[in-house]
Amino acid sequence: MAGDAAFRRYAEDQQSKDLLRLITCGSVDDGKSTLIGRLLLDTGSVPEDVVRAAQRDSERWGTNGDQLDVALLVDGLQSEREQGITIDVAHRYFDTARRKFILADTPGHEQYTRNMATAASTATAAVLLLDASRGLQPQTLRHACIARLMGVRQFVVAVNKMDLVGHDPAVFERIVAATRAALARLPAHQAHFVPMAARSGENVVRRSAAMPWYAGPALLELLESLDASEPEAPELRLPVQYVARPDEHFRGYAGTITGGRLQVGDNVVALPSGVRSRVVSIGTAQGEREQAAAGEAVMVTLADQVDIGRGQVLAHLAAPPSVGTRFEAEVVWMAPQPLVAGGSLEFKFAHRYVAGSAARVVHRVDVTDLGNRPAATLGLNDVGRCEFVLAEAVAFDSYDEHRATGSFVIIDRVTRQTLGAGMVRSASQGRLVAAPEQVTRTQRAAQKHQRPAVVWLEGLSGSGKSTIAAALDRALFERGHHAYLLDGDGLRQGLNRDLGFAPAERRENLRRAAEVARLMADAGLLVIAAFISPLRADREMVRAIVGPELVEVHVDAPLAECERRDPKGHYRRARAGALRDFTGVDAPYEPPDSPDLRLDTLQLDVTGAVERLLRHLESTGRLAAAR
Amino acid sequence: MSLDSAVLAHVPASAKVVPFREPAAHAPRPAMPRSLRALEAEAMHVFREVAAEFERPVLLYSIGKDSSVLLHLARKAFAPAPLPFPLLHIESGWDFREMIEFRDRTAREHGLDLRVHHNAEARAAGVAPFTHGSAYADLMLTAALKQGLDRWGFDAAFGGGRRDEEKSRAKERILSFRDAQHRWDPRNQRPELWRHYNGRISRGQKVRAFPLSNWTEADIWTYIHLEGIPLVPLYFANPRPVVERDGALIVVDDERMPLREGERPRLERVRFRTLGCYPLTAATPSEATTVPEVIAELLASRESERSGRLVDSDQVASMERKKAEGYF
Repeated sequence: MAGDAAFRRYAEDQQSKDLLRLITCGSVDDGKSTLIGRLLLDTGSVPEDVVRAAQRDSERWGTNGDQLDVALLVDGLQSEREQGITIDVAHRYFDTARRKFILADTPGHEQYTRNMATAASTATAAVLLLDASRGLQPQTLRHACIARLMGVRQFVVAVNKMDLVGHDPAVFERIVAATRAALARLPAHQAHFVPMAARSGENVVRRSAAMPWYAGPALLELLESLDASEPEAPELRLPVQYVARPDEHFRGYAGTITGGRLQVGDNVVALPSGVRSRVVSIGTAQGEREQAAAGEAVMVTLADQVDIGRGQVLAHLAAPPSVGTRFEAEVVWMAPQPLVAGGSLEFKFAHRYVAGSAARVVHRVDVTDLGNRPAATLGLNDVGRCEFVLAEAVAFDSYDEHRATGSFVIIDRVTRQTLGAGMVRSASQGRLVAAPEQVTRTQRAAQKHQRPAVVWLEGLSGSGKSTIAAALDRALFERGHHAYLLDGDGLRQGLNRDLGFAPAERRENLRRAAEVARLMADAGLLVIAAFISPLRADREMVRAIVGPELVEVHVDAPLAECERRDPKGHYRRARAGALRDFTGVDAPYEPPDSPDLRLDTLQLDVTGAVERLLRHLESTGRLAAAR
Repeated sequence: MSLDSAVLAHVPASAKVVPFREPAAHAPRPAMPRSLRALEAEAMHVFREVAAEFERPVLLYSIGKDSSVLLHLARKAFAPAPLPFPLLHIESGWDFREMIEFRDRTAREHGLDLRVHHNAEARAAGVAPFTHGSAYADLMLTAALKQGLDRWGFDAAFGGGRRDEEKSRAKERILSFRDAQHRWDPRNQRPELWRHYNGRISRGQKVRAFPLSNWTEADIWTYIHLEGIPLVPLYFANPRPVVERDGALIVVDDERMPLREGERPRLERVRFRTLGCYPLTAATPSEATTVPEVIAELLASRESERSGRLVDSDQVASMERKKAEGYF
């Protein structure tokens, strides 16, 4: 039959084509929708009734006189057509003789950067569109930066609207040079450049006679020549997505293999739980198979009656993912409220929701030159690097090696909105695999017959922190506990001697102190720390770093009283102008709102204060009552 | 006016409905293209994710080709376990009879939990496509769908929508959030990164999930052929009684269809590219009686799939409007 032959040709043709996932991005008004409309129209991918409808729309909304406004082939929302802008990603599907394309057209407005990031997360190449008459825009660089962070390595820079600059090769060359220089900060990427005019179709699908000085390929030819292969990780990763238990005889672990291969008989470990078993069967879309590879949705059964829940990652014993609670990640922040250290957030890794927070912002990327800048927060549409700490351990990889297990989204715990996207760069704790040999912090503390805790004494200079800290240290020692006093002055002479007293340096001083306190708590110790900790954000950072072992104690005395005591003469010197940035004098102090314990040193003497501290630690179960 | 009994005799009767079979079973089928395998895996992934995260998911089953692929993929996603959610069909009352028979047989053969809902109030009020225009679709499709979802408290509904169908669909996420009134806000969709679907919703919110988002019409047909998925025979050319109305061929499926002055149903070999309520779905003349022949016609066609859906083009941006109101 004729139909059969035609179908067979089609199916064989499809078999030979690969698939390129592509995004188009750039600043608003640079002509993205027009370019895509042109690409679809000139590859014969638009049905005739749709062209007729766009022609009708053109007469009403078009920007091209009575001519067909090809942007209206793709801007699908009523408000988009009314405003002539793109709000959300449109996905388009078209074929050429050589390959299939899934093309995501992303919005140029800064306001809709979140939608651009949505499209970039699954793309392998990006078309960066520029307007020849306006040159490179910051928003275009922001898009390039986000695309590269998300793993796009191939860029085609389409210099559009060449007709508006008289097809002048000098304009094109200037833009190429400026863009190359700006992109140089992006690691490991390739950029191709093509001059074109999307409205009339010059150099889009067909080469243009109007620019004889350009000898390179038209845009579509370039797109056909890009590398379409997706990065493939050799190590097995199978995040468990769904556990099927139709009856007591069958327990299947369903999920999509995101890296490597899985074979019947393989020994696997589920992380972070550490449960081990052997693969008995692999159900695939094509029935039972001996093995399956990355990209396949499978249903696996195991030899042992083990309990492996959704969100565990199955891996081979020899090449497991990292397991831990702390890591650094690149973040694209999409919410109007800023990302700050310490705020309570929810994270979704591969099929697993975990509570946690940012321990600190490492840097923010300045999209005007793609340089890193120190920052304390990330605002709407910012890109930057942060350190995160989670309430429970998860299994994760570096994004460069495993996209699926190296990425996550950040969710607002109240509104449930997606706030940001993260890509893991490194595990702060190295490759820790939950193994029986590992000594846990609980075991270390049990050996010392104590529970680790970090007693963080905060308050104005002269409020009595150091005196109370030393007395508490002595009292704990006498009760047979292994405690350690972490003193601010001591740290400043050693670990922190490179730091001064500027606000950022004071914050770094505190961060290091909190990190040291956490390490000591990990080692099973009772840690006593005395730091002014003047700002709310500082204390949130400390809480995020130290975690649930933190006992926050406000050593409270009025400023006038502290200034009267002035044990080190600091207030006198600050008032005289000899000491700058001194808390309470010419640097701000925000008293804690809700410390775990408040010690009023106008009322209590040192013995009384230590007594109150010990009773608090006993009553909260952190310390056994004295014998 | 009622139907001529001579014509009515040619209306396909239930006894004539046979499950679709591939004619050339001996001929080896071509291998599944890799891109189609990837789409298949993606759809299974979406089914599992939504089933794991939501309390009461449901599969919106409209009996058409996309629904048939959807059901096939859902069963694969959970095999050997049965489907962990029911099917919901919204009956407009103007469904092709062959579709209802196919629906019931499919549910019976696979032991599926099929729920059927119709807008009883509107039906009692006599709302019909010929007399009520676009209000018919609003009441019998959109309102009925919302009623059906609320009736059983479903918080997630799988639909067979594809992004290549229509411009506003091209904008939709795979997991599409709806407020308590089932409304879609296209200006404020959640970011959807990688495959980390944020399934967290507040009380009253709901989602629609579209496992076939990235499939094209040609992908659907190719997959149907390569997997041997049964379809309603309406997709294949057969002599059917039609009238030509405003340039569209409408099959006269039962005697309720009022004929206009001078209209007289005639038999023509037609099939459907897409299926909706019979008075609102245009047939196309065709000789294609097998899936490969349908695909061959599709590849040669210059009109879009939904051009046969009269209900989609009755207003500017009408799909977007319907979706904003809760249509799936």
